[in-house]
Amino acid sequence: MSVFDGLKFRRVYSPIHNLDPRIKFIYVCAIFVIAIMFGELLPLIILFTFQIPFVLLAGVKREWIRSMRGAAFLATIIFLTNFVFAYLGARGIGQSLENAVAMTLRFIVLIESFSIFFLTTSPDHLGLALEQTHVPYEFTFAFTTAVRFVPVLAEEAQTIMDAQKARGLELERGNFLKRIRNYIPILIPLIVSAIRRSLELAEAMESRAWGATKKRTNLYVLKMHKGDFILIAITIGILAVAIYIRLYLPIPSINQLLANIN
Amino acid sequence: MIEVEDVYFTYPNGIEALKGISLTIKNGEFVAIMGQNGAGKTTLVKHFNGLLKPTKGKVSIDGVETTKVSVATLARKVGFVFQNPDHQLFSETVEDEIAFALKNFGFKETVIKKRVSWALNLLGLTKYRKTSPFMLSGGERKRVALASVLAWDPKILILDEPTIGQDYQQKEKLRQFILQLKAQRKTIIIVTHDVEFVAECNPRVILMREGKIVADGEASKILTTPEVLNQAFIVPPQIAQIFFQLSDLGFPRNIIDIYEAREILLKAIRRKTM
Ligand SMILES: Nc1ncnc2c1ncn2[C@@H]1O[C@H](COP(=O)(O)OP(=O)(O)OP(=O)(O)O)[C@@H](O)[C@H]1O
Ligand SMILES: [Mg+2]
Repeated sequence: MSVFDGLKFRRVYSPIHNLDPRIKFIYVCAIFVIAIMFGELLPLIILFTFQIPFVLLAGVKREWIRSMRGAAFLATIIFLTNFVFAYLGARGIGQSLENAVAMTLRFIVLIESFSIFFLTTSPDHLGLALEQTHVPYEFTFAFTTAVRFVPVLAEEAQTIMDAQKARGLELERGNFLKRIRNYIPILIPLIVSAIRRSLELAEAMESRAWGATKKRTNLYVLKMHKGDFILIAITIGILAVAIYIRLYLPIPSINQLLANIN
Repeated sequence: MIEVEDVYFTYPNGIEALKGISLTIKNGEFVAIMGQNGAGKTTLVKHFNGLLKPTKGKVSIDGVETTKVSVATLARKVGFVFQNPDHQLFSETVEDEIAFALKNFGFKETVIKKRVSWALNLLGLTKYRKTSPFMLSGGERKRVALASVLAWDPKILILDEPTIGQDYQQKEKLRQFILQLKAQRKTIIIVTHDVEFVAECNPRVILMREGKIVADGEASKILTTPEVLNQAFIVPPQIAQIFFQLSDLGFPRNIIDIYEAREILLKAIRRKTM
């Protein structure tokens, strides 16, 4: 479940948590775009380091490290494939290496920024943001409910596993096919109880007048604060700098820099 | 025999659910574990079949430490029926559901057939043999879960909240049935909030609160000691409440059994009317 942990929101208060989720989302998208714009190692390293103050400010270092560790497996695969193909494409070892590291780092930057977003944005807050950008409430509700039920489902999976182990199920027994089949007694109760729960939820909601009026009111209304404007400024700033560099400046590779020093 | 020696258990999220539990449950004993929500009852019984291993301390079943063997091995000896039957039902028919564990333990086909019929009959489920377990009512699903564990005839039986969602008749059947298992020298451990049920069964009661055992002894003693019950936030059974209120007339305080109560009251009435 370690991959989920990296996306699991924990209620704490920090300047980052208090930011408007819409602005945060725009920021994450900007980082996303910049990461795609550059294939060179140097700017990606800068981009990667640029996120770290956010993590520290939000106080989610532990969770963030865990999500990075969760991404390590995929990152390794990306690194190896890039390296092997670049090398086979008859580039030098140094250059292939740099290229592979850059591609891996690009992936990590994407994961990094999304994980910061999800770690510091409560599902309710996110739902509110969607609603106030005029996304229909049905979608917003479905979205926030889904997000909120992920940890519940993970816990339920654990209980089901316990219940079946108590009836003598051994997950690690048998050959590859048998092992996959071992998971049937876990998946079926999990799916059935998820469906059962969703039907019950629907009934409970309807009996509390869900969808009775077109226009819902909210207890909380999102407002922009100083921090939000600062983040907008930062976003526009780095986007402008990135575009300028991309268009007008040559980016040296690390290999060249090293060669120059010698 | 179940031996628990100074067990502490902390969940990965840091919640310390057991704080120094020690107890021994002998073969053939009938034990009810009680206590408020979150007291650690389920956590404790999950140690008995190795689903959870103590963070500190030791749990042994018949002298074998639970850390040394797999859950599947222990399960052969320790049957565990979970609180919520929906966490285990998955087969197409009730019959297959009951056969599942028997197949896991490697019983022979002929034996499986016999055991399945036996368990179906025992819990009044024979007419649902070919029905999908998902089509049954909540109480019936609970009985299927129970049948699926009883089928392999474990020496120790753990029931987490067995009376929830059962109508009175089924509860009474369950009680008869537990007494029958007790007569066969099986060890039975129930986790329950149902004081009336416990009062009728009169088992050994272990009272828990915030991860610790606060009382351990005869039901008729524990369920009639207000100080102890208050600690665990339990209301005494109705018969005990009546006798509390009659105690200033010289009636005994430690009565939880209907027949005993009847005898005492009859005697008093006769004395008055004669
Ligand atoms: N899987 C889990 N992860 C983390 N904490 C848990 C888990 N299961 C239980 N707990 C916590 O451990 C404590 C004891 O829980 P437990 O389920 O043993 O209580 P219980 O006595 O069975 O309660 P109930 O009467 O509600 O069934 C509670 O504080 C609970 O929040
Ligand atoms: Mg419980």
